[in-house]
Amino acid sequence: MELKGRYGDFGGFYVPEVLMPALEEIEQAFLKYTKDEKFLKELDDLYKYYAGRPTTLYHAKRFSAYVGFDVYLKREDLLHGGAHKINNTLGQGLLAKYMGKKKLIAETGAGQHGLATAMIGALLGMETKIFMGSTDVVRQSVNVHKMRLLGSEVVPVSDGTGTLKDAINEALRYWTATVDDTFYLFGTAAGPHPFPMIVRYFQSPIGVEAREQCINQIGRLPDIVTACVGGGSNAIGIFSGFINDKNVRLVGVEGGGKGINTKEHCATLCVGKVGVLHGSKSYLLQDSDGQISETECISAGLDYPGVGPEHSHLKDIGRAEYVNVNDEQVLDVFGILTRMEGILPALESSHSLAWVLTQKGKLPASTAVVVNLSGRGDKDIGIVEEHRPLKM
Amino acid sequence: MKSYKDVFGSLSRAAMIPFFVIGDPDFDTSLDVIKTAIDAGADVLELGIPFSDPIADGPTIQKADIRSLKAGMTVRKACELIGKVKQYRDIPIGLLMYYNLIYQYGIEKFFADFAKAGVNSVLVADLSINDADEILPAAKAAGMDTVFMVSPNTSDERIKLITEKTTGFIYTVAVLGVTGSRNSVSRSVGPLITKLKSKTTVPVCVGFGISKPEHAAEIAKDGADGVIIGSRIVKIIEDNLGDKKKMNAEVGEFIRSVRKALG
Ligand SMILES: Cc1ncc(COP(=O)(O)O)c(C=O)c1O
Repeated sequence: MELKGRYGDFGGFYVPEVLMPALEEIEQAFLKYTKDEKFLKELDDLYKYYAGRPTTLYHAKRFSAYVGFDVYLKREDLLHGGAHKINNTLGQGLLAKYMGKKKLIAETGAGQHGLATAMIGALLGMETKIFMGSTDVVRQSVNVHKMRLLGSEVVPVSDGTGTLKDAINEALRYWTATVDDTFYLFGTAAGPHPFPMIVRYFQSPIGVEAREQCINQIGRLPDIVTACVGGGSNAIGIFSGFINDKNVRLVGVEGGGKGINTKEHCATLCVGKVGVLHGSKSYLLQDSDGQISETECISAGLDYPGVGPEHSHLKDIGRAEYVNVNDEQVLDVFGILTRMEGILPALESSHSLAWVLTQKGKLPASTAVVVNLSGRGDKDIGIVEEHRPLKM
Repeated sequence: MKSYKDVFGSLSRAAMIPFFVIGDPDFDTSLDVIKTAIDAGADVLELGIPFSDPIADGPTIQKADIRSLKAGMTVRKACELIGKVKQYRDIPIGLLMYYNLIYQYGIEKFFADFAKAGVNSVLVADLSINDADEILPAAKAAGMDTVFMVSPNTSDERIKLITEKTTGFIYTVAVLGVTGSRNSVSRSVGPLITKLKSKTTVPVCVGFGISKPEHAAEIAKDGADGVIIGSRIVKIIEDNLGDKKKMNAEVGEFIRSVRKALG
């Protein structure tokens, strides 16, 4: 391995020996092709013409008036597939193609990463296999159907609570036996090096664009940038654009589920302890022995007991702050934004909106907040209906 | 306390090394089955402390981990069980486990406590040779041997790093993939054993996928110093959860049949 893949003491590559050659190969290819003009041009074109980049920065005026300060939405929900996940799958998918790989595997929670992988598999003519927890297969069934239509095989994983962690375990096991010809297209800025570095790189256009748009549209940098944090890819994507702007507050919002005083949440950075899972050292939800906790959260995409190592580092050095909101707050704001702006936010993204709502009356009117609207909520309407049925 | 050198040095055949998940299906039964294995002719024991997310393990050992954890196994109780095994017989014990459990226990304290209980080495499934220095000082201070994995896709350069840091034995993974019984032994194992034997003087043991006495014999003929059998034996436990007598009888019988095949 050429690089150490560390963020402070976090990160690294804690994997069985059998996976080391594959990780080294991906690291080398990444370092090579991200300096290759042909690769970069092809990726740029895909971002622009296939995915729909740049996405807009939208001043949500009615929502702003409601909370009492200015809220701008970075509209990743407008991307092809409906979430930021495609930024990463286009990048890694193209990398896999340049490496000569013919098969892609991926894990998925909400199904958004699985869907984005399935689209890229179809686009690049690669066989794709998606591992998905059995609980998630049920609660995100629309995405399962889409992945299958796109030609992917969806493998339900019934271990544990049948959520993202279990899907990653199974994808890693499968990869162990197929490393020779299969590329593991990791979906978030977690896992072993080089994935946190690669995913950050391919998600960084969010931050680069948002910063430039702030300067052009607001005439200054925002005061606060906020994003939801599952594994941490959309958050690191937008944070990366502002990390060096020391006056911009970075706020990551985790899934508080039924409350962090219960067992049913996934607020890893808020209440976790440092440990090693899925190849990297980072904060984790675990018991005193180090057995990993089962998480629960309304939003499948955040339902994970780990988090990307760079977020752990940003927390420890105090550059970013991490908070959580509970399921009810998330459902409230989902309804509010939908009715006020005509935008259905994904339940994941609704977490950062819900935090913004908690600041109502607390922040001065001159405050400018950028929310990374990581995805659209179409996939979640069944869950919302279940919790907050509409009266006919 | 018996060392790996004592055992491998005195054997004129390949060592029989069964693997068990500590506490599978519960503390007392697990201790009984391990004693049965010793009586049936195990030369060395490979024991796993159960982990919630065993990414290097196939379904059989995953299920054993769950059984053990559900029955209340903890890292501290695992240490206690090992102590009881050592009271029964002085047999070398290698642990095979995941890093987070060691990390939470405290690396130095883990090695010290488990060395005291009678463990000879700790192989951390998710700690590659690149990060071995996170545990080596603690292992050395506790007087333990080191064991690392080599798999069929490990480069010569990495094999060199691994052999340099190994004092116990090389754990050679017979197949690309996770633990679990396979129907045949991969053709590539023989040449890999030969290559490793030419590069190191420590014993070379082979595991993953070995499920029949014939496989063990084949691998021994290829020059392995030890044969590690896990999923096949753990499956016997799984299949006889309702009948502990039969469980012990079948584990004993299987181990004797492997010992016989090894000559
Ligand atoms: C719309 C959306 N936002 C956020 C996430 C959380 O992932 P991450 O933290 O990697 O951005 C997901 C994951 O599925 C998602 O679908």
